[in-house]
Amino acid sequence: MSAELTAVLGVGQTKYSSTRGDVSIAGLCREAAYRALEDACLDWKEIDAVVIGKAPDFFEGVMMPELYLAEALGAVGKPILRVHTAGSVGGSTALVAASLIQSRVHEKVLTIGFEKQSESNATWALSLPQPFSVSINAGAGGYFSPIIRQYMSRSGAPELIGCMVAFKDRQHALKNPYAHLHQNDLTFEEVVESPMLWDPIRYSETCPSSDGACAMVLGNEVSGDRADNPVAWIHGTAMRSESNNFPGRDEVNPLASRQCAADVFKQAGITNPLKEIDVVEIYVPFSWYEPMWLESLGFAELDHGWRLVEDGTTSLSGGELPVNCSGGVLSSNPIGASGMIRFAEAALQVRGMAGDHQVEGAKKSFGHAYGGGAQYFAMWIVGSEKP
Amino acid sequence: MNLQFLSKKLVIAHGIEQMNKTNSFRDVAVVSVASHQTKILSEVNEVQLMANLISKCRNSIGVTQEEIGFTCSGSSDFLAGQAFSFVHTLDSVGAFPPISESHVEMDGAFALYEAWVKLQIGEVDTALVYSYGKPSAGSIIDVLATQLDPYYVAPLWPDCFSLAALQARLLLEKGLTTFERMSEIAMRSQNNGFDNPNAVRTSKDISLENLMNEPVIVDPLRTSDISEIADGGCAVILAAEDKAKSLCERPAWIKGIDHRIDSHSLGVRDLTGSPSAFLAAEKAGRNSDRLDLAEIHGMTSAQELILEKEFSLSEKTHINLSGGALAADTMMASGLIRIAEVASRIMSGQMDRGLAHATSGPCLQQNLVCILEGK
Repeated sequence: MSAELTAVLGVGQTKYSSTRGDVSIAGLCREAAYRALEDACLDWKEIDAVVIGKAPDFFEGVMMPELYLAEALGAVGKPILRVHTAGSVGGSTALVAASLIQSRVHEKVLTIGFEKQSESNATWALSLPQPFSVSINAGAGGYFSPIIRQYMSRSGAPELIGCMVAFKDRQHALKNPYAHLHQNDLTFEEVVESPMLWDPIRYSETCPSSDGACAMVLGNEVSGDRADNPVAWIHGTAMRSESNNFPGRDEVNPLASRQCAADVFKQAGITNPLKEIDVVEIYVPFSWYEPMWLESLGFAELDHGWRLVEDGTTSLSGGELPVNCSGGVLSSNPIGASGMIRFAEAALQVRGMAGDHQVEGAKKSFGHAYGGGAQYFAMWIVGSEKP
Repeated sequence: MNLQFLSKKLVIAHGIEQMNKTNSFRDVAVVSVASHQTKILSEVNEVQLMANLISKCRNSIGVTQEEIGFTCSGSSDFLAGQAFSFVHTLDSVGAFPPISESHVEMDGAFALYEAWVKLQIGEVDTALVYSYGKPSAGSIIDVLATQLDPYYVAPLWPDCFSLAALQARLLLEKGLTTFERMSEIAMRSQNNGFDNPNAVRTSKDISLENLMNEPVIVDPLRTSDISEIADGGCAVILAAEDKAKSLCERPAWIKGIDHRIDSHSLGVRDLTGSPSAFLAAEKAGRNSDRLDLAEIHGMTSAQELILEKEFSLSEKTHINLSGGALAADTMMASGLIRIAEVASRIMSGQMDRGLAHATSGPCLQQNLVCILEGK
């Protein structure tokens, strides 16, 4: 028995911004869901099930908000699942939705990821005291900066590679109307001179904190064939997790990341990712993670990922492998949606519907999300043609 | 009334259609279970609890984590009082080499559903499912109040038992139940739970009079009408087709599984029923005449009565032989434990066909039904 072919029929996004005070949580989600349905030319009643994902409930202070959202998402009388796999959740949520179709349990599924960080306080949410454990109160940047230092010393990457990634992604964001950060006048020098937050991570090399939602409608082969708009066919899906803390763990290049990538490329029949993939959306919350993931995923040789940044390979302006044409997590970060945005942007590229940040003639693209202490991974490959 | 009847008829027709469809699904069965519940789990954290249960569940059928194709868990950050709490519990699995894994912020029964879906794709043959909760670490009524509509209801901090009491009051006032009937349910739970080491509130010889003389805690509910909050967890292993037969002498085959949700808004719902519970059972193909047992998940005696009605359970069916959630209610695991209870009675050969149910949300808002069979 083989899996049912699955397609992305529609994508919907909200404008990402620090505070969406004009809408409730339900209003925010509905905005993205409605746009995805519109793109798929479908009505709420044609949806069989809903899969929703978001990062910790503490980020809004609402426990299991999908219960309250059932009506707003048109889920009453239908199945609704709520996924939570740390930062990778947006990606994992899309993959759970895809599995409902691949398994032939459903034909059309609405999937949505959101975060409305302005409803609560992320620092509070992440700093709740726990018995028998000392909090270092350093935030995610404090957690990842030593790992980045380790990468820099292993690879011998020049100090300013991170700034180059940040500057490139902010330039890309100017072409994406949904991006949170639109820094028209930003110069490379300003990125370099921005305050050092967690050495080697500067303020301009970190992601913002955003409100926003991203939704997709997925469908089976028949609905993909019948769709009015171009669809993106799923060529491979994979999830991997590994424990956070044990001796010998490679935190720079986790085995779970390597195995997840190997799995998804194998499914898609891809042996040379750099040549065969046209555009990539990877989860880069801190600039240095672009070269780090490019190596881990197999787009670059070990210790050479930074060269793809340096020589402009990852730039939308003429690079061989444009990375994060949407502006990436560095330009918009509604955490629970951030992974799904990567997956959705990958789909938009192969549908030829990415607007000003479209990579001309993109046929195959790669969507990626990670979470926890770089231990949860979700990936997919989508193409303009059926696998 | 007529309209309601008609829509139920339509749903039944739809359910039968779905049942036939269900039969074309890949055969997947529960092949191993392990669970533990106790009033307060002191000096043991969630990781230690689950490390024990997961090992027990794997070891009893001689399976290692490397042989498990997919792992899925259910838990709640709000219950644990910590963001990303499930990340720590991953250590209880032993997730290295890396595993194919997912997590739902839902009762473990829904994690089992996700694993069942994964097995349907046909790429893997085994799945580990687990969930856990330690409500003793906090105040469950305060925790659950944060689950309500954040703009219009949660700011009033209504507690879950008060909402369930409104539901019971409606049943009484509409003549759909009596105090005596509710106490009979409470008595059934305490009697049945007596032989279950995981049941917390049990008694062999409590009388109906004793129960009806208990103090009213949240009018109209008495102490024994309300579920006994407990700490605990549960692990289950699923396997498909021949793999299931090779791992277990008598697997508990999943004949149908489905879940549905109702509106969250209490004001628009008829709280004397649970349409989503009815629909999930229909879609799962309950065939109530042939149910030897049912494990239903209610937070109050009145909710068990609503569920019995929605599932059309008759005297032929043994209900909550474990004592049910009334005897020991572990948020995030109570639903998965219901599935484990039905499965273990089928695997032991004691029973042939059963219904397991899980619920979530205020007043039976979201419901999952799983039909298990020995053949």
